[in-house]
Amino acid sequence: MIDDSKPIFQQIAEQIENDIISGALPEESQVPSTNEFAAFHRINPATAGKGVAVLVDDGVLYKKRGIGMFVATGSRERLLAKRRESFRTDFVAPLIAEAKKLGISPAQLNQLISEEGEAS
Amino acid sequence: MTDTATPVVEVSGLTKRFGDVVALDDVTLTVRPGAITGLLGRNGAGKTTLMQTITGQDFANSGEIRVFGEHPVENAKVLSRISFIKEGQKYPDEFKAKHVFACAPWFYENWDAEFAAQLIDDFQLPVNRRIRKLSRGQLSAVGVIVGLASRAPLTFFDEPYLGLDAVARQTFYDRLLADYGEHPRTIILSTHLIDEVANMLEHVVVIDRGRIIMDESADSARESATTVVGPRGAIDAFVAGRRVLHREGIGGLASVTVERLDADERREALAAGLELAPVSLQQLIVRTTNSATTDFGAEEPSSIKEGTRS
Repeated sequence: MIDDSKPIFQQIAEQIENDIISGALPEESQVPSTNEFAAFHRINPATAGKGVAVLVDDGVLYKKRGIGMFVATGSRERLLAKRRESFRTDFVAPLIAEAKKLGISPAQLNQLISEEGEAS
Repeated sequence: MTDTATPVVEVSGLTKRFGDVVALDDVTLTVRPGAITGLLGRNGAGKTTLMQTITGQDFANSGEIRVFGEHPVENAKVLSRISFIKEGQKYPDEFKAKHVFACAPWFYENWDAEFAAQLIDDFQLPVNRRIRKLSRGQLSAVGVIVGLASRAPLTFFDEPYLGLDAVARQTFYDRLLADYGEHPRTIILSTHLIDEVANMLEHVVVIDRGRIIMDESADSARESATTVVGPRGAIDAFVAGRRVLHREGIGGLASVTVERLDADERREALAAGLELAPVSLQQLIVRTTNSATTDFGAEEPSSIKEGTRS
């Protein structure tokens, strides 16, 4: 869902990335059109187009003339690598900060992570 | 999008007075072609006056207006390319809704009768009923259908949906977006329901007491303010020297809306243990257009606190 947390075009780009990572959009498959994204998310088509353009610039999507946008081969691996890089700042750092606030020691946190990891 | 080179609307130094009241105060504005622009502001801010002046239905006291590069007043070439849907549109007494749609192609060269028929169905509009027997919402639906099916290169919607319920408004937004996607054109949408339309806008113009106070892309407007939340002392230290748009607090906690923060400033706030929250377009506009009626001075919360203690 679209919210106010960051620019809408960025949220569109991230959602397409998520779909590529999850396999919902396999490599070499066609992604929905800008107008389809706009209708689905109820956003301006130009904004949806900007989100798609970001991924074209990054080489994640490519354009087939007269047909539409497709997922580039090798995108999934590249996106996974990018997300793993930002995992530390995006997820681990806030976790540590919250743990610190609650007085959970690094050792206790380690244990919690192991337990939760085994349970899931 | 269509010919992005020439602006569809160019207004400069526009001033309009009604007696002592300055409705438009030196307004300069360029409307981007092919975009959906939100014209937002409080009641009486000058939105309708601005649109009426641009569409040649009212005269300015001074200033220049160019629509499609020409002066709009009594200019058939310009006016035939404009659709202006407003609240309280008058129709001939004997008219039924179907008569309005039958006349529409005489005024709008891009009129799509098939699309109109589909919209009539979507809004369940009784086309054989006299216009004056229609409910407020049905009357609004007539305007919305004309505005959409006319596909005018320049379309104004001025509070088009009085009396339309949430379902009908959603239908309007969905049809507008879909049709705009297929047939890009310049749309100016004036409304108080900012939250409902915020994501549909590419550009935002805010008018306050006759003056343009914001004219930027919706993305950039959204990032132009941030709310910082945290312990009062830490907040006061962080916001010192910044322009504060809004401040509120409870107990030892303060929540302050400040202007754009860059990446370093955001990191600084987070490092100080403060929380950052986004400001929606609606909140931003509320906070930038009500400064005259309420004083959000920094001393306000503490004086209230002292007041309750005594």
